[in-house]
Amino acid sequence: MTAEIGLAALWMAAALCMLQFIAGALATRSEGNDIGALTRPAAIVQGLLALTAFACLLWLFAITDLSVKLVATNSHSEKPMIYKLTGAWGNHEGSMLLWVAVMALSGAAIGALEKRLPERTIQAVLAAQGAVGVGFYAFLIGSSNPFERLPSPAAQGAGLNPLLQDWGLAFHPPTLYIGYVGLSVAFSFVVGALITRQVNPDFARAMRPWVLGAWVFLTLGIAAGSWWAYYELGWGGWWFWDPVENASLMPWLAATALLHSVTVLAARDALRTWTVMLGVVAFSMSMLGTFIVRSGVLTSVHSFAVDPERGVFILILLALYIGGALALFAWRASSIAEGKRFAVASRETALVFNNIMLCAILGVVLLGTLYPLMAEAAGDRVSIGPPYFNPVSAVFALPMFAVMAVGPILRWRQDSARRISKGVIVLAAVGVVTALAGALLSDAGILPILGLAFAAVIAVAAVMPLYGRKLSRTPMATWGMVLAHFGVAVALFGMASESGFSKETLAAVSAGESAQIGPYEVTLEGVEPLAGPNWTALEARLSASDGGDAVILRPQSRTFVQPVQTTTESALLNRWDGQLYAVLGQAAGDGRWQLRLWWKPFVAMIWYGSLLIALGGILAAVGHIRRSRRRKALEVRLAEQEADLLLVRRQEEAMA
Amino acid sequence: MTMLKAKHQRLVLVVIALVVLIGAGLLAAWGLRSEANYFYTPSQIVADPPEKTRLVRLGGMVQTGSIAQQADGVSIRFVVSDGEASMPVQFTGIVPDLFVENSGVVAEGRMGDGTFMAETLLAKHDENYVPRELQEMTEHQAQQVVAETTGGSPE
Repeated sequence: MTAEIGLAALWMAAALCMLQFIAGALATRSEGNDIGALTRPAAIVQGLLALTAFACLLWLFAITDLSVKLVATNSHSEKPMIYKLTGAWGNHEGSMLLWVAVMALSGAAIGALEKRLPERTIQAVLAAQGAVGVGFYAFLIGSSNPFERLPSPAAQGAGLNPLLQDWGLAFHPPTLYIGYVGLSVAFSFVVGALITRQVNPDFARAMRPWVLGAWVFLTLGIAAGSWWAYYELGWGGWWFWDPVENASLMPWLAATALLHSVTVLAARDALRTWTVMLGVVAFSMSMLGTFIVRSGVLTSVHSFAVDPERGVFILILLALYIGGALALFAWRASSIAEGKRFAVASRETALVFNNIMLCAILGVVLLGTLYPLMAEAAGDRVSIGPPYFNPVSAVFALPMFAVMAVGPILRWRQDSARRISKGVIVLAAVGVVTALAGALLSDAGILPILGLAFAAVIAVAAVMPLYGRKLSRTPMATWGMVLAHFGVAVALFGMASESGFSKETLAAVSAGESAQIGPYEVTLEGVEPLAGPNWTALEARLSASDGGDAVILRPQSRTFVQPVQTTTESALLNRWDGQLYAVLGQAAGDGRWQLRLWWKPFVAMIWYGSLLIALGGILAAVGHIRRSRRRKALEVRLAEQEADLLLVRRQEEAMA
Repeated sequence: MTMLKAKHQRLVLVVIALVVLIGAGLLAAWGLRSEANYFYTPSQIVADPPEKTRLVRLGGMVQTGSIAQQADGVSIRFVVSDGEASMPVQFTGIVPDLFVENSGVVAEGRMGDGTFMAETLLAKHDENYVPRELQEMTEHQAQQVVAETTGGSPE
């Protein structure tokens, strides 16, 4: 029964989405009708219905209803409850339902809360949101129905990939999806503003929380995915330039550019056309990301060609939305009024420069990700890996870091080189000293040393905007920027130190023997079998000591029961200055066990830095929302005072 | 500092953006060209070995009976073949769980003296995900298995 309720809710939500689109579209076509008034209620009810459908799917997974095909193929009655629930979106159909539900809920939020823009613009925004939504409902109901029943219930579920039975991965896809969907909302705002010719600072302020929110979720999603790959795969790396990773990085790069250009538009009324363009690009990248991950094109272009239904559907949606948006852009771009001008030495210039650099990196990653797919379609097999991505993106990333350090101490509109020269000299000195120290004291490569130098420069530069300010009166949004930029420095420091100074060793040891790694001596005390709820494992007992007390590490080699699969569970020892990372390999035959050990100095900074970046984004979003609330309250109070004054005057007149 | 005229400012921005993006495109194209022959099959690596300093990938089937554990306990040697040519590979490290004889493997590493020195082995690591380079290998293998079972007569 629950499955049918879910499906019915889904159909009704789709119908309301259609209504929202048509009503909004009709409202923009002719003046003086009030059909547009339907869009807000339609959006709100659609959001509630989509939420109901998703709740039904969660319930089906919670009770392991094996008559539903999706549950039978992806779950198992003996799985821990939390992974039953997360299994609801750990598959294609469920994840698309999650996408649609989040999208409908954001539409509902706009319908219920957004009051700053003219009503016509909101209706156009909701119409655009409806247009995007309709495509996804059609995709979901037509080719990936999550509520499909089996002819006869399965005896037992087929389980869930054990690699996915993990906290990090359970929350990684929804976080990314929320980010993708947030960019779709930004896209709807752009389309609505283009249609109603409202590309102005008010529009930028209304769109900014959505861009910031999407960007925060993308940041957290990428960080969670990288952390998962780091400790769950047991390969010791944290970024592999895998197409799936790139699919999440590209929208992030576009969102980062959009976030900064929307700030220029909101604060200075410049970069109007550019912001609109970036809004379209950012959403294109999240659609492309969905296509890459969901179409099967990654496993092989050939397998995609054999079962093209899903991929072709997403590709058609992609072409429709992006093509439509670009056509609208070409048609309306000339009507976007000229923004305010700025001098060459100004904060705007710095932001424009970094926007262009971010787009260049985006282009490099995009080409590197798509090239193997296109070559394969042409019958040629190539792999593109770190030897391409690292140096080519560094060409653009390094100048970007330099400008990122200087930008925040420049003034808006116009500044002089002389005013900031002292700050620039300090920053340059910090950079040169760090780079020289790194080059002289270590044998790390050029990129890690440059990374360290820029991390130091950005860390100092990040707090410079606070210099000479009264800290208690500094706006929350400025704190957000300071924190996010400082987070970039922290993450960059972690990346540079991990790639430049990691130590690695591989040893075959029998019980009682030890191996040396970095500052640690690691002794194998024994290997024992172990049983968990749905797995069995071999667990090694390692004692690690850097001269002080020994710490016990327990890396495992796990074999899952359903489906049968072996995974390595690495063991981590966290210290303030780095991590000891241990993986248990196979038996070498003569009683010895393979051990792979890494000492990774400051590697955790990569994720701490990412958290700071996300926290900065949250602070900025909250700061902006609070400020616009306060401005609104002020306007209301002024209007009330005026009305009171009018009343008093009328009474006086009447008395006279 | 002077301010540019409004019209000029937009033009200058567009030109700069275009120049940088085209530059990025060209740089990427150059980078891709030099990395394009990153993947080798055993026949290709035998016919035209890459320079010893270059990191490349070698993909093929692990020949049956060729995996040999080395005395140090952490190294193995095996032979990768594609039916036409074969290449001995040495790997030091923990082999992936699904690395077995007569299945596909992609080895990343550098060419040594007659032996490919692998730094990383990529094998199928779950039932749903196969490294892209391996996809064709396993399809090919499946075809072979089918051909063998239907072609061979019971003795």
